[in-house]
Amino acid sequence: MTESLITAILIFTLASFTGFEIINKVPPTLHTPLMSGSNAISGICVIGAVLVAGAELDPSVSTVLGVVAIACAMVNVVGGFLVTDRMLQMFKKKES
Amino acid sequence: MTQQMTQLVDTLTAWAPSGIQISYLVAAACFILGLKKMGSPAMARQGNFIGAIGMLLAVLATLIDQHILSYSMIGIGLAIGSVVGVWLAKAVAMTDMPQMVGFLNGLGGLASTLVAVGEYWHSRSHDLPLSSAAVVSIAASILVGNITFTGSMVAFAKLQGIISGTPLRFAFQQQLNMVLLGAWAVGAGLLIANSGDLAGFAGINVISLLLGVLFVIPIGGGDMPVVISLLNSLSGIAAGATGFVVMNNVLIISGALVGASGLILTQIMCKAMNRSLPSVLFSGFGTDGGSTGQGAGDALNKTVRQVDPEECAMMLGYARSVVIVPGYGMAVAQAQHVVRELADTLERKGVEVRYAIHPVAGRMPGHMNVLLAEANVPYTQLCDMDDINPQFENTDVALVIGANDVVNPAARHDTKSPIYGMPILEVDRAKHTVVIKRGMSAGFSGVENELFYKEKTMMLFGSAKDAVNRLVNEVKQL
Repeated sequence: MTESLITAILIFTLASFTGFEIINKVPPTLHTPLMSGSNAISGICVIGAVLVAGAELDPSVSTVLGVVAIACAMVNVVGGFLVTDRMLQMFKKKES
Repeated sequence: MTQQMTQLVDTLTAWAPSGIQISYLVAAACFILGLKKMGSPAMARQGNFIGAIGMLLAVLATLIDQHILSYSMIGIGLAIGSVVGVWLAKAVAMTDMPQMVGFLNGLGGLASTLVAVGEYWHSRSHDLPLSSAAVVSIAASILVGNITFTGSMVAFAKLQGIISGTPLRFAFQQQLNMVLLGAWAVGAGLLIANSGDLAGFAGINVISLLLGVLFVIPIGGGDMPVVISLLNSLSGIAAGATGFVVMNNVLIISGALVGASGLILTQIMCKAMNRSLPSVLFSGFGTDGGSTGQGAGDALNKTVRQVDPEECAMMLGYARSVVIVPGYGMAVAQAQHVVRELADTLERKGVEVRYAIHPVAGRMPGHMNVLLAEANVPYTQLCDMDDINPQFENTDVALVIGANDVVNPAARHDTKSPIYGMPILEVDRAKHTVVIKRGMSAGFSGVENELFYKEKTMMLFGSAKDAVNRLVNEVKQL
């Protein structure tokens, strides 16, 4: 358990540094789409929600909690990616 | 034949866990690649698409996990969430993006908490042992998730105007927060000592929900760009904490990426407003009364030069270069479309037109750029503060529409001004400055703007939409 915890902390730290490096280069023009796009990515906890919701054969308290979590995270994922696309679509170079 | 089939199924079952892990790795790579492509307007849309593919892959891979025993409920959750998500993304107005992002942050936080609570409940009802590391992860996930949830919902309500945007403060607010944090730590301690302690479990939930509310209510509407960025970061950290609960690497990686992204934006916003993060969080702007900046105003020469649309149109039409400085007032008046029409008309006359955008021009980072892009302004004309400031000296006319504090020269030299030190757009260095404004009222910070009294400044009074409309007509007649 401790070993896997340390590996997890290691991964978290390295990913944070990666995040800082990539996002520092995003120009201010794109900060709003960056925010809604990264928001969609944070909806990744839908995976955890799926595992919790599917863990039991008969619906129980934890199943219900999991299903609500799936719905919330999916709003985040679908809404986030789509609205980001809607915004980015509007960023155009000069039309000829 | 049947034997072959069983063999195939057996092999697939044996390989499934590795397959899932590899899919997660690919998904994480997609997220990193997608975010990297967000670095250029030309590639960003593709980057967003790559991110979405990564997400789809991760979800599909999870569905083949052997620990999943029932699919019907999962399907219901996925369907409801997707429908609501599609509807939200289609319905939201671009001016409402800050609320939308705030709301989505909140849902992300709630989802993280629910996963942690669900995991706890599952272990409890099956008498599965929980290690202390797992309990700590669950407690942390609940803390961050709930703060993100209620904090974002309060921010959403403030931005949407459901509750007042003015900071709400009371005596011993800081001390109360400290006591609550302490109580949370006690609850978490009880839970670690005995993972079955229901009172401790309920306690940390209630306390963290309360902390989220208390964290955002003392923050004023003007500081919302900082808060939204910070909550964005927290929603990532919440997802990362959930990753520790279910021990899943792709959650940890994605959470860390989003956490870092939100933190960078928070930092940028604080710098643009010349405030430290603690001062945003713990001391509201303008709470020390309306007396700010009065001393400086008296010393100014109070003459204001007015200009009519006809004369202003001449200045613009015969200029070589014009820089438009849009503020949130322009977006509120929905004037961005007429502004673009003015820019187009001027360009046809051979005038070089650019837009100077202050980082806090909108209600969230980069908001103004999106609003202008919506009005079909090409992104090549949108200039960041650092790029445009050295060029004001060679600009014939700087046209300020609905911006105030971000063009106040007092920020450069008046040490008594509350906005002293804030980076501004240096429109007063242009050969002429025209300010379109309804009247002489002060800006958001309550500070009087000495730009309006400068010799090179001319005021064009009227609402943004009307004034620019008249300018378009006059320029066309030149």
